[in-house]
Amino acid sequence: MSERAEQTVVVSGAAQSQIGRRLMRGELELTLEACLAAIDDAGLSRDEIDGLASYPGKMGSPAGFSGPGTPTVQDSLRLQLNWHRAGPEGAAQYAPIIDAVAAVAAGYARHVLVYRTVTEASAQKGGRSGIGLDGGGSGVPRMDGELGQMLPFGAFSASNWVAWHCQRYMHEYRLSREQLAQISLNARRNAALNDQAIYRDALTLEDYLSARMISTPLCLLDCDVPADGATAFVISAADYASEMKQPVIRFEAVGSALHDRPSWFQRGDLTSMAATDAARHLWSRTSLKPQDVDIAQLYDGFSWLTVMWLEALGFCEKGGAGAFIEGGEKIARDGVLPLNTGGGQLSGGRLHGFGLLYEAVLQLRGQAGERQVGSDPRVAIAAAGGGPLAGAVLLARQ
Amino acid sequence: MSAEPKHGGVNGQAPFRVLPKISDDDRPFWTGGERGELLLPRCKNCNRWHSPPAPLCPHCLSKALAFVPLSGRGKVYSFTINVQAWNPTFEHPYVIAVIELEEQSDLRLVSNIYGCPPESVEIGMPVSVFFEAFEDVWLPLFRPLVEEGGSDE
Repeated sequence: MSERAEQTVVVSGAAQSQIGRRLMRGELELTLEACLAAIDDAGLSRDEIDGLASYPGKMGSPAGFSGPGTPTVQDSLRLQLNWHRAGPEGAAQYAPIIDAVAAVAAGYARHVLVYRTVTEASAQKGGRSGIGLDGGGSGVPRMDGELGQMLPFGAFSASNWVAWHCQRYMHEYRLSREQLAQISLNARRNAALNDQAIYRDALTLEDYLSARMISTPLCLLDCDVPADGATAFVISAADYASEMKQPVIRFEAVGSALHDRPSWFQRGDLTSMAATDAARHLWSRTSLKPQDVDIAQLYDGFSWLTVMWLEALGFCEKGGAGAFIEGGEKIARDGVLPLNTGGGQLSGGRLHGFGLLYEAVLQLRGQAGERQVGSDPRVAIAAAGGGPLAGAVLLARQ
Repeated sequence: MSAEPKHGGVNGQAPFRVLPKISDDDRPFWTGGERGELLLPRCKNCNRWHSPPAPLCPHCLSKALAFVPLSGRGKVYSFTINVQAWNPTFEHPYVIAVIELEEQSDLRLVSNIYGCPPESVEIGMPVSVFFEAFEDVWLPLFRPLVEEGGSDE
């Protein structure tokens, strides 16, 4: 049987810049810090990097969301590229990862540098910015596409869009706020052992239940925290593995499918999201099964998205996530499925999926320090996105 | 057309609403409210509706489309009560709902529900449309359907 393309590709380097709240450092400085560290981690020099990819590419707004574009990074490092891409569309925040895997497998490039940078915490120092948030005025542009169908009704925030999914889920299945809280409480317990995490103080169920509502049924502690920081990976051809100084982490499968409508409210079943399609795609590309996964790093921009990914990926049956996460034992670091072991985005900071993938690599390498999962994890899944956006990667230590 | 104060604002003022960029494809949808009509394209070939309006029927790819008035009645498929004051001109909290129109189960709109306390909104609740004008856009808004025999299921 011929190998899947993914299985000819490895993660050779992984690194992060300083991570924090309101670092007030430039996005390019943070990006280059992470990129150079990742290249070094891969045992390479910048002359050997021949591919570059990022998400979402340079965007003017929201402030601090996009980080620098690939031309800026390329020029800053004087890279000579055979392949490069960035853009906001595709398989969520992991589109550049999934595309880089394909580019390496196809031979377009041998060593692809992939990065994601956010400076949202610094950008929001003077208050949030966004379309129509300052009370309006003639300078606010009219919106087309799906935003033009949601923003007129005050659905300004992704918290609103996620909330109506969660509400429908709670209507059809059993999921209590006490159960949902376990995603946030688990993240905080793990963040306490991660000195890069933003919120590390102990969090109780009582704290969760008394937190102010943002958009029912989601409260403040169901929402992740804006952060500053950059994460970078080097994705290389598997024949480089013999020269690597780090443990070899191989791609096992990726999932990028989107079969239902690409929408925040038009999907036939709003108790699921595009993640269901991407997850099915991923499992169709490997002989491994959900029960073979040792650790999971699942997108937690909002706690319910993690619940949704748990079901999409088949870690519990449809409608069974509430029972699965109840009490938090199964998802703890010593549970059957250690989840978001670095504190996720809820406590670690919104590094937009890349922090989760970085944590997966650290855990598989055995380099997660105090929070290292003790069961010698060999297979990890990382998944990013919500609503119509979804991408997932399955990694295995060689 | 209507002189009554607009819903959802603070101190009797209309809230600032981000408006849709109207295209030739969807102009009847955003302006039909001037005549009290909720309009979406219906395919003359397969008789199915679709939303948002598109130049081809997404079901059968026919170009034989016509904007046809809907009843304006539907049910709450899901909703959220937005509590966070993203925009100070909106009265908080307010309900943002995904409405399923009665003509076809996959015909959905995002809108607001007024005319009842936010905490009384439930999934499955019957609602009916009304319109408010902002510049040249007539936004479809919803309120609880009051009608004898209006059952909740």
